[in-house]
Amino acid sequence: MKIHAIQHRKRVEAGMFGCLRLCALINIAALTAICIFLAIQGAPALSWEFLTEPPRRMMTAGGVWPCIVGTALLSAGALFVAFPTGVATAVYLHEYAGKSRAAWYIRLGIANLAGVPSVVFGLFGLAFFVTWCGFGVSILSGVLTLAALSLPVIISTAEEALRQVPDTYREASLALGATKGQTISRVVFPAALPGMLTGAILGVARAAGETAAIMFTAAVFYTPKTPDSPFSSVMALPYHMYVLATAGTEIEKTRPLQYGTALVLIALVLGMNIAAIILRDRLRSAKAQ
Amino acid sequence: MFFPVFTSTENWREKSLRWLLAGVACTSLATLCAIMLFLFAEGLPVFAGYSPFSFFLGKFWYPTSEPPEFGILSLIAGSVSVMLLSTLIAVPLGVCTAAYLTEIAGGAVRRVVKPFIELLAALPSVVIGFFGMVVVAPFLQETFDLSTGLNLFNAALMLAFMSVPTICSVAEDALFAVPRSLREASLALGATRWETSVRMVLPAALSGISTAVMLGMSRAIGETMVVLMVAGGAAMLPGSVFDPVRPMPASIAAEMAEAPFRGEHYHALFAIGLVLFLFTLCFNLAASFISERYRHAGSSEL
Repeated sequence: MKIHAIQHRKRVEAGMFGCLRLCALINIAALTAICIFLAIQGAPALSWEFLTEPPRRMMTAGGVWPCIVGTALLSAGALFVAFPTGVATAVYLHEYAGKSRAAWYIRLGIANLAGVPSVVFGLFGLAFFVTWCGFGVSILSGVLTLAALSLPVIISTAEEALRQVPDTYREASLALGATKGQTISRVVFPAALPGMLTGAILGVARAAGETAAIMFTAAVFYTPKTPDSPFSSVMALPYHMYVLATAGTEIEKTRPLQYGTALVLIALVLGMNIAAIILRDRLRSAKAQ
Repeated sequence: MFFPVFTSTENWREKSLRWLLAGVACTSLATLCAIMLFLFAEGLPVFAGYSPFSFFLGKFWYPTSEPPEFGILSLIAGSVSVMLLSTLIAVPLGVCTAAYLTEIAGGAVRRVVKPFIELLAALPSVVIGFFGMVVVAPFLQETFDLSTGLNLFNAALMLAFMSVPTICSVAEDALFAVPRSLREASLALGATRWETSVRMVLPAALSGISTAVMLGMSRAIGETMVVLMVAGGAAMLPGSVFDPVRPMPASIAAEMAEAPFRGEHYHALFAIGLVLFLFTLCFNLAASFISERYRHAGSSEL
């Protein structure tokens, strides 16, 4: 009787663990399905011309070059603004503020900023940068909006990187007579930099794939000129894709272009994320040795 | 003489560095306040010509008809229904995946599975929306014989896959934080690993898992591109899971370009943004509160 009960419990365990495994598999399957589907559908559209030419004939032919340039400018600009800001915030929080009241408020602000919907960032960018600051629908407005959006990611990874630096480094430096500022800038910061770069890559990837935040602030449906100042508007991959897929009269006709654009976009974004993951794993195994 | 001067310059440098960093650190808090300020400033004027009562409880959203109607009840209903349905799908999936990672998977398997979850989180929302449009929508339409595959269910399904990584990673941290001694005690008393997971680890990690659910819901209600592309866009109260809906973010994203600058429609869209912001703020504050309040639950040691 008892043995029977134990067997039953073991069977329940095996069954339930099977369910958990299945759940994990569903996620992997979903990602793989999306990637493989887009790769198969998008591959025929990819060509040298597709990557290097502007759209032609009312977007029904040609390539996505201006969109790639636009996305690169926007996300690089966002990183340029958000990385120093985010790293400084993380250094302050981890090295100076500790558990003070001020740090608590700043952390609360960051946690809530991370949860703000991207379309609300878009509205904020429209009201503040585009209208109030008078930057117009421009690269500058888009860069600042995207910087605000990617700031929480950069801060949290930078703080994690600082946490990984052993306290013995700090103590050794202070014991040699270095001030706190010197310790941070010459010992702690260089040790944490590679980890912070992971955050930077994740931040860029997030900014590059973002659509709703740049819809009202930087991106336009079509512009014939290449951007020549921070105040020119640009085309961007995610927005281009959205417009091709939903607007216009020839949605079916431009399907190959849509698949191609989607493939370029996920290759870009996932590529950066994979780079960040590899970098992080390298750092971890280097630390383990 | 030389020495004190040297120290005082050092002190001056140290102090200014500290204040500089503190100033920069306030950027995110300042940004959050600025977001709130501008949403209020651009959203509240709609109530000058339109009563809050008919704004929040009006069922009809006809911003361009004459006279316009700005009742956002159907938009709120759209957002909330999509959020609830996607949470219903995403929470079991996310928590089970987290449980798989902490309770079953060995180190090598974790190193393979975790990047997949992280990459799922990294997929641009516009790509997921596109996938929902071209693959899931025709599939749903055919399978269930519907008039359109762009509906509440499709949007919820796509959103679920976007919030699973959030839920999974936060829940994983919570499960992982349950002390080893609790697990060992349970196993030593003769419980199977499954019984240990469900009756010991899960209750001990419950506050962390609630945080995960809150964050997942916040992500689902604020997500824009997916609901804009696959929810169907009809501003009405949904009667079934296969009805098209028009969640709040979709309305903002679709109409802002056409709304006359600083007109009533423009202000109404900002007011929707404000409502959306307050929704997510509540979820995030709740998440922070729960994780703060119950941080030490289940971690007592001898």
